[in-house]
Amino acid sequence: MSASYDTVVIGAGHNGLVTAAYLAKAGQKVLVLEQREVVGGAAATEEIFPGFKVDTGAHRIGGLSGAVVKDLALAGHGLELLEAEVTAFLPVIEGTPLTLWRDPRKTADAIRKISPPDADAWVPFTELVGKAASFLEAAWTSTPPDVTGTDLGDLMATAKLGMKLRRFGKRDMVEIMRILPMSVYELLGDWFESDLVKGAIAASAVSGLCQGPMGAGTVYTLLHHHVGAGQGVIRPTRRVRGGIGRLSEALAAACKAAGVEVRTGASVERIMVEGRTAVGVVVDGAEVRAQRVVSSADPRRTFFELMDPTEMAPEFARKVGNIRYRGVCAKVHLALSGLPDFACRPGEGNHLAGVISISPSLEYIERAFDAAKYGRVSERPYLEVSIASLADPSVTPNGKHLMSIVFQYAPYALQDGEWDDAARAKLGDVAIETLAEYAPNVASLVEAQHVLTPLDLEREYGLAEGNVYHGEMTLDQLLFMRPVPGASRYRAPTAGLYLCGAGTHPGGGVTGVPGFNAAREILKD
Amino acid sequence: MLRTTPFHSRIAPLNLAQNWRRWSGYLAASAYEFHHDREYWAIRNSAALIDVSPLFKYSIEGPDAERLLDRVVTRDVTKCKLHQVFYTPWCDDDGKVMDDGTLTRLTPDSFRLTSAEPNLRWLHDNALGMDVSIRDISDDLAALALQGPNARRILHDAAKGAADELRFFRLAKGEIAGVPVEITRTGYTGDLGYEIWTEPANAEALWDGLMESGESHRILPAGMLALDVARVEAGLVLIGVDYVPAHQAVIEGRKSSPYELGLGWTVKLDGAWFVGRDALRAEKERGPEWEFRGLDVSWDSLEVLYGKVGLPPQLPSEGWRTSVPIYSGDTQVGYATSGCWSPLLKKYIALAHIQSRYAKIGTDLRMEVTVEHYRKKAVARVVDTQFFNPERKRNNPEPSAAVKAEASA
Amino acid sequence: MSASRYDAIIVGGGHNGLVTAAYLAMAGKKVLVLEKRHVLGGAAVTEEINPGFKYSVCSYVVSLLRPEIIRDLELPKHGLQILPLESTFTPLPNGDYLARWGDHDQTRREIYRHSPRDADAYDDFGKLMYQLAVAVKPILAMVPPDPTSMSPKDLMGFLRLGKHFRGLGHEQFHALHKLMTMSSADYLDEWFETEALKATMSSSGIIGTFLGPRSPGTAYVLLHHYMGEIDGAMRAWGFAKGGTGSVSESIASAARGHGAEIMTEAGVAEVTVKNGRTTGVVLDDGREYSSSVVVSGLDPKRTFLDLVDAKELPGDFVRDIERFKIRGSSGKVNLSLSELPNFTAKPGVGPLHKGAVSISPSIDYLERAYDEAKYGDFSSRPYMDIIMPSMIDAGMAPPGKHVMSIFVQYAPSDLRGGWNETKREAFGDAVVDTLAQYAPNLPDAILHRQVLTPWDIDRDMGLTDGNIFHGELSLHQLFCMRPTVGYADYTTPLRGYYQAGSGTHPGGGITGASGRLAALEILKGALR
Repeated sequence: MSASYDTVVIGAGHNGLVTAAYLAKAGQKVLVLEQREVVGGAAATEEIFPGFKVDTGAHRIGGLSGAVVKDLALAGHGLELLEAEVTAFLPVIEGTPLTLWRDPRKTADAIRKISPPDADAWVPFTELVGKAASFLEAAWTSTPPDVTGTDLGDLMATAKLGMKLRRFGKRDMVEIMRILPMSVYELLGDWFESDLVKGAIAASAVSGLCQGPMGAGTVYTLLHHHVGAGQGVIRPTRRVRGGIGRLSEALAAACKAAGVEVRTGASVERIMVEGRTAVGVVVDGAEVRAQRVVSSADPRRTFFELMDPTEMAPEFARKVGNIRYRGVCAKVHLALSGLPDFACRPGEGNHLAGVISISPSLEYIERAFDAAKYGRVSERPYLEVSIASLADPSVTPNGKHLMSIVFQYAPYALQDGEWDDAARAKLGDVAIETLAEYAPNVASLVEAQHVLTPLDLEREYGLAEGNVYHGEMTLDQLLFMRPVPGASRYRAPTAGLYLCGAGTHPGGGVTGVPGFNAAREILKD
Repeated sequence: MLRTTPFHSRIAPLNLAQNWRRWSGYLAASAYEFHHDREYWAIRNSAALIDVSPLFKYSIEGPDAERLLDRVVTRDVTKCKLHQVFYTPWCDDDGKVMDDGTLTRLTPDSFRLTSAEPNLRWLHDNALGMDVSIRDISDDLAALALQGPNARRILHDAAKGAADELRFFRLAKGEIAGVPVEITRTGYTGDLGYEIWTEPANAEALWDGLMESGESHRILPAGMLALDVARVEAGLVLIGVDYVPAHQAVIEGRKSSPYELGLGWTVKLDGAWFVGRDALRAEKERGPEWEFRGLDVSWDSLEVLYGKVGLPPQLPSEGWRTSVPIYSGDTQVGYATSGCWSPLLKKYIALAHIQSRYAKIGTDLRMEVTVEHYRKKAVARVVDTQFFNPERKRNNPEPSAAVKAEASA
Repeated sequence: MSASRYDAIIVGGGHNGLVTAAYLAMAGKKVLVLEKRHVLGGAAVTEEINPGFKYSVCSYVVSLLRPEIIRDLELPKHGLQILPLESTFTPLPNGDYLARWGDHDQTRREIYRHSPRDADAYDDFGKLMYQLAVAVKPILAMVPPDPTSMSPKDLMGFLRLGKHFRGLGHEQFHALHKLMTMSSADYLDEWFETEALKATMSSSGIIGTFLGPRSPGTAYVLLHHYMGEIDGAMRAWGFAKGGTGSVSESIASAARGHGAEIMTEAGVAEVTVKNGRTTGVVLDDGREYSSSVVVSGLDPKRTFLDLVDAKELPGDFVRDIERFKIRGSSGKVNLSLSELPNFTAKPGVGPLHKGAVSISPSIDYLERAYDEAKYGDFSSRPYMDIIMPSMIDAGMAPPGKHVMSIFVQYAPSDLRGGWNETKREAFGDAVVDTLAQYAPNLPDAILHRQVLTPWDIDRDMGLTDGNIFHGELSLHQLFCMRPTVGYADYTTPLRGYYQAGSGTHPGGGITGASGRLAALEILKGALR
């Protein structure tokens, strides 16, 4: 079989679908090839326990691009976003727990019971985060400039960003510049005294990162997770009604409406290169030719598995080989017979509606990270827990609850042993034990448990080293460095080959922005 | 302490002048006698034995060995037959020369690559995704160059005829003084010559065997000074002197492409892709900016310049390796990087980088010469780099009977 | 009020203050330097704490002293003599060692012994660092422009900077970006596989910082090792004859030669301010000196929070200085020895004793040392950079005896429960115990031991929290942010008050660069 397309997109992750939809809307004949049986990649909802709709990969969406939602009419295709009034609950073993609200003044009131000065600092702090995140948002949607080049458009784009920064006024501009490369530990030291308040914020800054809060650059990650969060919101927790898979389904519907052909269960074996130009792909033994190939897979998979490394210059291959992934997150899914009861705040209530963050202090998170440095799983991990069934009862059978836990740090590369069944089970136990220190009834509620280690994430979703962001979100792997210099503008050095996954600027999270930017660049050529 | 080569016990007592230099971390003889001229004449008139063990040597083996080398070097390695040797440069992705050396196909799936600089990391980088094993065998192999018109006769005696019919840039296996050796008909003198490879443990026996067989053929151990004059006469580029290896060049301007080094003949643009091909293809289309040329400095011009101060031309007896400006009129159009007085040709010669439009063979340019502390310009004609290229260098030997007859004559 | 008026008063006779004084004096200004201690040099002093044995108490090597300062002030004429320090020897727990010698081929062979690939990579790495050092040098030598300012001078500064970066070309620009943002461990991982090599190289990235080798932001200091080479001063890494104090002495001598007046045991209690401008200083003993220009060579905390009444400064500025990061992380142990250490990995006395010895066997080792400090303990198995000055300069110890200088990390300034004499000695014991693992004869050879913790360095040398760089050299405290935006050009919110210490750009180490740039700015500004 050898049909010909304008564009073949590898992978029906959300970014791949976004690119496909935009290209098809522009009149191209587009084919999307997905290895799995469902679309969505890591933004998938699956019934791993009977009757439970589990967001197995990502379980909340980050700064999902408003433009994408609008342009692709996702609401019309069934997308409904949920946002709880409570963003996060920080339980403690001793003392007063903390609830973070969408309304910063409500949060400040909550903090006042813990530390009056921190309560005063809260609103100004959220304002700074909001401004800095809005600056990032402007950088997100533009293609990274070729800094050493002479392209006038690039210079203008850079100048525009500079002007955006200046518009914040002198004081804020300096402050944003100052904090970007900082560690969240240093930043929070400037603002707060309470361990719990610091732990509440810092957790977001290390999310998915093989760094502790003392690592420089973690402020950047914090801001990354707050793009599009809304003024005053810390630790945004937007979910999708019916599970995040609904987003992917909505995107797939938008694709179909635009005329995209989406084929699932179609495993791309390799990208065909002729005369150093990508001319199509081989899928399940058959050649599919196209004007161009767009890969939403991560750079390692794209360049080293779908292509022969000998197809590229050694200097480029060396750079691709140097990309750091270092997945540190595992996922634990629990089918529960009831709701957890936290000793520090007994009973049910609004506080469980956002995420429950086991991050009682900066030091707690940093110690959890220490283990990962030496290739060990944290004995007391940072946990980000969501009970999707609270806001959206449709995802579980009657009266049951579904708990999704992001377990950090579980390093992909273990110093001793490997990710076998025993290690997987142990990790689940550690998660439950940790949680039980705060909510003793948890262990007795568990009806079923399902664990995805970084290795599972790699195998299941094709995420290199289980990194959900397709490459660490560190300062040296952002902007014109993402994924590597020479391919940072969505174009690979091989003619006709493009990238549109989270491995490109602006990076990971369910944002759709890399896919959106890639489509724009492809249409320019 | 610098390291010594496997031949040190033999060459040290012979080095009357204690004239040593450093070569890749090894002690190498600059000259054995107080002046290198007898060693030079041995290369051109009889035979010289030169210790070239400090060369870097790599073994490349495995199903993808050919594919790897074909990707790395500019020549078409698929055309390299069993026991054939290729001289070749290799480039970075911008088509700038990183190093040059020889590669020898030892078996269908194994090669030996020699180089002047370390290349292990580069070879590994290029081998990504290939089934090939790369080993640094620099310390596992001692090497001698036997160069000069009598070289074949000496080898005939020493290797019992094993190399009698060995053709230019081919390899033969044999035995010398009871030790197994590999003999390639290669060298760095532009003369009839061979390079002989063996394990370090056999080095002394090999040296003794060759010196013994060479005695009646006026063999002399030769050092780097003699070799340097010979290689300039032969127009052979020297890394670090005539070009800066691309990965060591701190600025772009220091790099050279094969075309700019007179090595365009080694670049196969139509075969499989190799590192630097795209850049080189583009360069070939627009024409290189520089050419590498020989310069024949006019003796008459030198006589005039020196005559003005009452002297005959005063020329250095050793090869020089400094950068000397080349002019067209009063405009600098290039620079010479190596030069010497050729005792054989009785000419003052140099190798130079010249901007392409001034590089046409036969063009008269001017080279800076320092005459009694003052900078002058002598007329220098652009010529081919091979100042001396004797028939014997590459001619194929007569059937062995004839060689024997010649040898016994 | 003293009758004599000065064109400028320099607070603090550390090396930067002395450089400023010398340059101002050379320009014909009447200068007074006031030093609190009985010796000049601040952290760059030589003291004979144990009779006959000279310690370079704090700073112990001269790496980056700007060649233009040596030239301009003719320091060799004033006694400066730098003796080369060529090798780094890293003993390993398994009984082996890794050495980097003064000779390229020898080093290559040694690295090759550990990893043939690393031997190649080491040369390539050296070339890239050289290129990047060339790229960075003009930035180190420029007065940082103010990014918030619209003045032509500042805009031009940024334009020049932009042009400079664009001129670097892709490869170098990206390499520089990586170097500025990565951890030294990650950066070196891209090049090398030998643990001891990565660890020893990365140690230069953590010196003086409160960061581990795996912390982003530690890579760029790798460049420093190559900075010396681009000034034509190969092997700038050296030891000053007579100890580090002789560097300060030579600068002081040059300053005096140009007419500067230098007083020791003259601690400044306060910089006096009237109507937003400085009028002079008051000493601890009540003496007063007036001048319309006062230059502080102290760190930003002391310069703005101790010497000046906070009321005289804008609130935002005070807040900026308050949150300027200045955690101290290192200590120093100086030993008098009856004999040289005998390293199990390479027994006997040899060339290694004339170079540096680095206790940095692996990245994990350094990282674990850091882990302890993160939570408020000193490292029980610390990173150490050791030299034996008496092997380079026989005058440092009596014949047959030796002195050893040990730079130790990590020793947090905010030690859990605070520092005291007992903890100081426990820290000293940890150092000696660790070293004894590699050189078992050491403990019995010790004749005298001096231990300095950040607590001592703060108290005795006047470095806030014992931070040897006057403030951490992290990305957000460099260039136009050092010490804070708007005042990175050596000026302060107070007219006539200037800063010249390491807390300003480019900061860190015995470079003298801050002192020199400050002097040049003063000569263009208040003392034009």
